[in-house]
Amino acid sequence: MISIDFDFSPAWISIKVTLTSTTIIFFLGLATAWLMTNYKGRWKGLIDAILTLPLVLPPTVAGFAILIMIGKNGPIGQFLEIFGVNIIFSWYAAVIAGIVVAFPLMYKTTMGAFEQIDTNILSAARTLGASEWKVFWRVAVPVAWPGIASATALTFARCLGEFGATLMVAGSIPGKTETIPIAIYFATQGGNMEVALIWVLIIFAISLTVLVFMNYWNNYKKKERYGAGE
Amino acid sequence: MNFSIEIKKKLYEFQLDAKLQSKEDIIGILGASGSGKSMLLRCIAGLVKPDEGTIIINGKTFFDSEKKINLSMRERKVGFLFQNYALFPNMTIEENIAFGLDSFSKSDKKKKVNELMEKYHLGDIENRYPAQISGGQQQRVALARAVAVEPDILLLDEPFSALDVHLRNHMIREMSESLKQYKGIALFVTHNMEEAYQLCDHIAIFNKGKVEAFNEKKNVFQHPVSMEAAKITGCKNLSKAVRLSENVMAIADWGIQLKTTVEIEYEVGFVGVRANNIRIVESCTEENCFKVWLADENEAPFRTSLFLKIGSEPENSDDFQIQCIITRDQRVKITDTTKPFFIYINPEYVFFVEK
Repeated sequence: MISIDFDFSPAWISIKVTLTSTTIIFFLGLATAWLMTNYKGRWKGLIDAILTLPLVLPPTVAGFAILIMIGKNGPIGQFLEIFGVNIIFSWYAAVIAGIVVAFPLMYKTTMGAFEQIDTNILSAARTLGASEWKVFWRVAVPVAWPGIASATALTFARCLGEFGATLMVAGSIPGKTETIPIAIYFATQGGNMEVALIWVLIIFAISLTVLVFMNYWNNYKKKERYGAGE
Repeated sequence: MNFSIEIKKKLYEFQLDAKLQSKEDIIGILGASGSGKSMLLRCIAGLVKPDEGTIIINGKTFFDSEKKINLSMRERKVGFLFQNYALFPNMTIEENIAFGLDSFSKSDKKKKVNELMEKYHLGDIENRYPAQISGGQQQRVALARAVAVEPDILLLDEPFSALDVHLRNHMIREMSESLKQYKGIALFVTHNMEEAYQLCDHIAIFNKGKVEAFNEKKNVFQHPVSMEAAKITGCKNLSKAVRLSENVMAIADWGIQLKTTVEIEYEVGFVGVRANNIRIVESCTEENCFKVWLADENEAPFRTSLFLKIGSEPENSDDFQIQCIITRDQRVKITDTTKPFFIYINPEYVFFVEK
């Protein structure tokens, strides 16, 4: 059965990494989605494709690309080395892997929600003298909130479950970069099926809780705005 | 109050080339769907940029292509009432009305909102969300929100088109009341001539991006300046006509001569007679009286449209020349619809336009 010295560190690392990357993706995704919704230029199709690409590529491709960029010989890696900073195989690398892999989910879902907004509502805000900043925070984001909330929940779940790219760029240093999915993998490899099962159940519980919470909260918000009838 | 608009904007099918200036307060802009009238409002509000021209409202230049002036939407601060009201669904009624009042202190804001809620008969719904109030209330909230920022010009884009007949009449009366409270210029865009007539004293007829006529409403309806203007104001009977004398014309398509009380100014042109200015008479003794056969009829709850052929029996139900609208009481007078009967066209209501 479970030994007393069960190492819970993967849980804390996972939560730390996931919350950090989800927070960064939240703002980055909102801003990008809003800019892309308002951008009607000829490059829209291409930019959108590039931003969505990590969603369809294997995470190992994302991991490879990150290594190329921030590895010891990569342009960003070399720049950071001047300051004596090495990101590879630190938990920052796991955060970056999460951002790259989960960003398209936030961006795409949020953009869908922004595009659903009745443009008259945004125009109404502008004719009433609102700045673009006010239009965004007081009108666009709250009106698109159900979509943004779903996007955030999906992003959180995706970051929590991130494995391939994280393993490539952050490795599996116990107590430092070993997240729950990685712990499951190595526990299974090493034949520690009980340990693997515990982690499976924990990650299952966290993901389900977040998604269920989002659903109920969205419904509650909807009821507040549209009344119990609908 | 005064404004002057002179803009050009290339659209898909035609060019918007609108010139309109006035000192009047409430002006109706009447035009068919797709005539560019909503585009005009969008240009004034700054939602769309015209290709060239000037927009000056109460001495304030919104747009001037030569001087390279193009104020942003927020700098223009027009009151825009959208067709679907465009209330913010995430804000309460109170927050909606207060949206444009950022420069006010908290207590002034509250005071202003209460004042507007009272003015527009909004009762105690300040804490509800737009989805929880009726369509009529939504429209009043939208209006209160628009006038809260004290705009120089209020733009109303087909505000009644989404409503059913009963509610529409009610809302038109309410809007008429509300507009009296508002001191400023209001441009009311519609394709419905009755709405325009009920709400505005002055009406501009809009056709293919151009202002075809602009006058006091009675004039616009009684003396259309063109065939299009006549059509938009609901005239059903229009045909080519040739001047015979000062006030008699020949209409080849109808095979008749028609007298009018106004002097005919052009050699050739078009005649127009409104369907509800044609009366059914017992016998033919005077001028402008004709023997007609019924080709088809179209019954409405209180009035009936008759499609008539003059001078001979129609071959089928599509074989008609003029249309007249009569009440149920008059309709009863025609007992045998296969036999001809007589109509009288009052010369006062016959008009002649050049194009």
